[in-house]
Amino acid sequence: MPEPKNIEICVLRYHPEHDPEPAWRSYQVPCTDDMSVLQGLQHIKDEIDGTLGFRWSCRMAICGSCGMMVNGKPRLSCQTFLRDLQPGPVRIEALAHLPIERDLIVDVGEFVNKLEAIKPYLIPREPRTLAEGEYLQTPAQLERFEQYTSCINCMLCYAACPEYGLNRDFIGPGVIALLHRYNADSRDGGQAQRQPILNAEEGVWSCMAVGYCSEVCPKQVDPANAVNQNKAVSARDYFLRFLAPKGAAP
Amino acid sequence: MNLDGGVPRPFVRPMRGWWRRDPFFVRYMLRELTAVAVLAYAVVLAVGVVRLSQGEVAWNGWLAALRAPWSIVLHVLILAAMAVHAWSWFQIMPKTLPMIFVGGRRLAGATITRAGWLATALTSIALFALARWWQS
Amino acid sequence: MKRSNAPLFWLPFGAGGMLAALTGTMLVFITGIAVPLGWTLRAELMSYPHVLALAQHGWARGLLLAVIALFAWHAVHRIFHSLHDLGIHSGATAKLVCYGGAFALTVITAASLWSIAH
Ligand code: SF4
Ligand code: FES
Repeated sequence: MPEPKNIEICVLRYHPEHDPEPAWRSYQVPCTDDMSVLQGLQHIKDEIDGTLGFRWSCRMAICGSCGMMVNGKPRLSCQTFLRDLQPGPVRIEALAHLPIERDLIVDVGEFVNKLEAIKPYLIPREPRTLAEGEYLQTPAQLERFEQYTSCINCMLCYAACPEYGLNRDFIGPGVIALLHRYNADSRDGGQAQRQPILNAEEGVWSCMAVGYCSEVCPKQVDPANAVNQNKAVSARDYFLRFLAPKGAAP
Repeated sequence: MNLDGGVPRPFVRPMRGWWRRDPFFVRYMLRELTAVAVLAYAVVLAVGVVRLSQGEVAWNGWLAALRAPWSIVLHVLILAAMAVHAWSWFQIMPKTLPMIFVGGRRLAGATITRAGWLATALTSIALFALARWWQS
Repeated sequence: MKRSNAPLFWLPFGAGGMLAALTGTMLVFITGIAVPLGWTLRAELMSYPHVLALAQHGWARGLLLAVIALFAWHAVHRIFHSLHDLGIHSGATAKLVCYGGAFALTVITAASLWSIAH
């Protein structure tokens, strides 16, 4: 075993019970080559200060709960290695733009409400009996929505989106990517129900095509693409509603 | 203490100066800044059209203004901004298009961007050739 | 949720952005640098009779108006949203100044072009 080198980890701490506002605190953490940022935080919690709060679960970049700002960039802390951040100091902060509940824990309530509002499930085009068998899809039909199914709700894209930071009513990249995931599915017929959300100012029209959300997404979902291709859909819906009384895009 | 009737209050960090926090945001602001140059050029052209409608003397006055050193400097700046605009416009283009399939395969974003830059190059060459042809 | 009127502003923004991306750089080079300096292009290209003929030509005139109107619209749309980005409260007044300015520029250009043709 090689001797662990120390690395300095600075954490933006906030306990609403006794802090008026967040403040930086620094910790010396012994660091081996195989240690993730998350493990560094676990060392702090276990050995130095048990009051440190942060979320995690899977430790393998799939549950989406360990997102935080690492040296100013939105990252999954279980997927970011301390060895790549040598010699430090490493600055750890709660995901940008989101309200801090405590230390590195952000308030996800707004996100969950938005997620519920977009009906993130298949709404069948037409009623179908079991006897009719399974839905069939071609590889091309699958490709139209497959990348958007990879979203793990980590909200890194929200921490990368200044428009969300400026206006938290914006539905935001991740949720719109999931909305599009269902709209783009050939089995789904729920577009007309979801369209009013896209059409609103808080829908696609709050997006300024900054594009950083797609850059930071750990799952290559490309949420910026989901948002921006729906601008054309929404514009078509805007003008065609005068022709088609239902107002739904085809 | 940050309690609201005994209930802990989540802390919302200020957004001031957000665009300086990441080089990506600086590039974004630079992209948005090109709009000032595009507007300036539209105004220059509009003034030209107005002067044209006022007759030959007015038009020649506008042409003389274009030859002034400050005008040349201004146009070099506008030119640089226009180039940045063209570059960034097609850079973000793949994000704004629905998936395009060619021969059953999805067109890569980089291909769309390069096609856009090529279109700009070809349009520019055509415009210049047109100017050369029309001046004689 | 309330439907946004953004498409009305966004479509000309996109058209202007595309037009500027394709033609802007070369147009600036021709009218602002090459012709004034007489470098690679001759000054006669923008002589009074030459440009007058252009402005009286049906579709060339339309193209000129499109360039000015769409460039202006594209630009004010971006500037308006940048004010919001910078945290400058961009209320109804800013909106009126931005889009109203582009509209005024379009009307002035169209009126001048119309008077040239008649
Ligand atoms: S789109 Fe990507 S960055 Fe955004 S929540 Fe989903 S996985 Fe995370
Ligand atoms: S702990 Fe699950 S994604 Fe990092």
